[in-house]
Amino acid sequence: MSPLKKLLEIGSSPHISSGASVDNIMFNVVLALLPVTIFAVYAFGTGAALVLAAAVLSCVLTEHVLCKFAGQPTTVGDWSVAITGLLYGLTLPPDLPLWMVFVGGAFGVGVGKFLFGGLGMNAFNPALVARAFLQAAFPQAMTHWQMPFIDDRFTHIPSSVLAMPFAEPVYDAATQATPLAQMKFEAVFAADAQLMYGLTTGSVGETCGVLILLGGIYLVARNMMNWRIPASIFLTVAVMTWIFQQIDPQTYPGPLFMLFSGGLMLGAVFMATDMVASPITHIGCWLYGLLIGVLVVVIRFWGGMPEGVMYAILLANAVSPHIDNLIQPRVFGTGRKSG
Amino acid sequence: MALKPVSPTDEFVKGLWRDNPVFIQVLGMCPALAVSNTAINALAMGAATTFVLVMAGLSVSLLRKFIPKEARIVSYICIIATFVTCVDYIIMALSIELHRALGAFIALIVVNCLILGRSEAFASKNKPGRAMLDGLGMGVGFTFALLFIGIVREVLGSGTLFGVSMFPDGFQTWTIMVLPSGGFLAMAGWLLIVNWLRQKEDDAARRAAEAES
Amino acid sequence: MTQAPVEQKKTTAWQMYRAIVGIGAFCAILIVGVYMATAPQIKINQERFLASAVSEVLPAAVLTQAVALDDDGQLVVVEENADLPAFLGYDAEGNLVGAVMTSEAMGYQDIVRVLYAYTFENQAITGMKVLETKETPGLGDKVEKEPHFLANFEALDARPAADGSGLANEIVTVKQGEKTEPWQLDGITGATITSVAIGHILNISAQVWVPVLEREARAIPAPQPPAPLEPTEEE
Repeated sequence: MSPLKKLLEIGSSPHISSGASVDNIMFNVVLALLPVTIFAVYAFGTGAALVLAAAVLSCVLTEHVLCKFAGQPTTVGDWSVAITGLLYGLTLPPDLPLWMVFVGGAFGVGVGKFLFGGLGMNAFNPALVARAFLQAAFPQAMTHWQMPFIDDRFTHIPSSVLAMPFAEPVYDAATQATPLAQMKFEAVFAADAQLMYGLTTGSVGETCGVLILLGGIYLVARNMMNWRIPASIFLTVAVMTWIFQQIDPQTYPGPLFMLFSGGLMLGAVFMATDMVASPITHIGCWLYGLLIGVLVVVIRFWGGMPEGVMYAILLANAVSPHIDNLIQPRVFGTGRKSG
Repeated sequence: MALKPVSPTDEFVKGLWRDNPVFIQVLGMCPALAVSNTAINALAMGAATTFVLVMAGLSVSLLRKFIPKEARIVSYICIIATFVTCVDYIIMALSIELHRALGAFIALIVVNCLILGRSEAFASKNKPGRAMLDGLGMGVGFTFALLFIGIVREVLGSGTLFGVSMFPDGFQTWTIMVLPSGGFLAMAGWLLIVNWLRQKEDDAARRAAEAES
Repeated sequence: MTQAPVEQKKTTAWQMYRAIVGIGAFCAILIVGVYMATAPQIKINQERFLASAVSEVLPAAVLTQAVALDDDGQLVVVEENADLPAFLGYDAEGNLVGAVMTSEAMGYQDIVRVLYAYTFENQAITGMKVLETKETPGLGDKVEKEPHFLANFEALDARPAADGSGLANEIVTVKQGEKTEPWQLDGITGATITSVAIGHILNISAQVWVPVLEREARAIPAPQPPAPLEPTEEE
């Protein structure tokens, strides 16, 4: 292909894959995400629907164009990039301007996935790369939260969503602080039930914890998701939060609040489990979940920002190959030092 | 190519493109990434570095027979640090605002490996005139590179160029471009373009050579 | 270093000394020369910068007098500006109009240092300028640009308490759009920490300065017209 020299070989196991199942897995992931998506559109209305559509479209288009540009057969047919787009859309605020959605999608797929070598080679979850880029580029727009269940949400398109490319969005919809921002800046804790059933505000697809959990259980039942990662994250967060709540219940919320607020559910179930960017060994998965859980709690309680799931997962992505290296099982028949 | 006698103009021109300190040699990354958030900062940093490069090149070249090789690094650093201190005072005398914007990075010109690199690799082996030309070329190339990065970052990050507003009101600024990470992104983008152009250049040269033979 | 093995051309100790001492002397002379040449201009620049900042926050002042608090908390006239400079401001007739103080505290990323003006007439903070900040561009630096935040400093109530122990009302930053009292700062959504820090900086400084100023500033004689810090006309 290109005469650029390969300076560095990066390979992640497994090096032998069973090929045909990508389509099948991806179809099931879509099925698992369907209830969350439908609820998101129901709760936030047209804005969320447009943001989700734009997110999927931007990722698919970018992948297609880049494949053509590099002279490779296009890989949009295997659904994986569409899932990336859908997950990316679910992490965005419901009234984000569409042009920003496109910029983020192009960055996530272009830089987060394609530059690393495409499907199966990405070191980071491309959907989160896209979101992290937007968070750094447009911090105001990325922390602007439309109120859920507004009466005219199906008939009225928020003006910010249709902002001209490169123009600053003008907001007309009612807004609300997210439960985590309320906790951080006002020390107000939302009720657990409100969080579980998605009655609070937040990113498009992060509000309804119960539906996300259902999707996850479906995937685990079909043996298509590593249950150890989310289990480890939930356990870590719950235990750490419980300890701090015992110390100072005024400042620190309870475990249920932490589990169902912000992007933790969506992140733990659908993002952290990215098969490419997470460890392979079982112990590795537990360690990886532990790391994410600790980082989430630390960022939320003592960091400058109210939410830290995205950064926690990206950081854990970065160390996941090293986790695998660290706890590599001894190859049968070799000595103590094999590698 | 290596054995051809090099003309004085060539000593100057090589720093602009063929051996550009930022895009080709990838030297002096700390100021290139840190002080390129606006075009004017990039220009000022480039000018300060150029001054130090030329003066250090001249001094090192003049003193090249005088400095024993065992003591050359300490001598070079001492000379470079002197000129950086001078630049620091001069900028403070010119404008306090500019000095505040460049901040600690003026002092850090001392450890810009580009200057030590040119002193060691070129000025210590060549005549003063050539050493100054080489320093000037490298400095101008460095300034150009910083300016390229600075323009991208300022236009996207603040919506202005040299402080003049570029867009109608309501332009959404890309905060990331003003932050340090924006330096890496802009730098990576330019490296991509430069490497692509060079690859095309090489291909064309190879094809021409094949056609000749 | 240990004895080097015999080489074809060995550098003698004399050559080493000669080079290092020679270069050291050359560099020292150069630095001192440039310093001497630029020092007066640098001093003028720094004074002009401070003077322009002072006249920006307290435009009514034509003459200024540098002051400081001594160890007993008494107001004293000083010649040179201290680490956190403070000034009394007088109009053309020599009437005391206000005071300008510097204060600093921790922001979101690093120390934020501000200059603010207290006006005696309406007992309020009437001007604020951020001197030094490393806050996130686009977020934290909004405190320098956002019009509704700067509008706080048209007249931010800083009345001293009746017993002279501090301010009558603590200056606090409230959430954007929730300002109800004249001593509250209307905060900035998206720059919460920095805008709260500004309120905190003003409060800690004004709590100390305002009672002292009200008690003692009028006793200090106005400076004679060619004051050292008058902003120069030419330029």
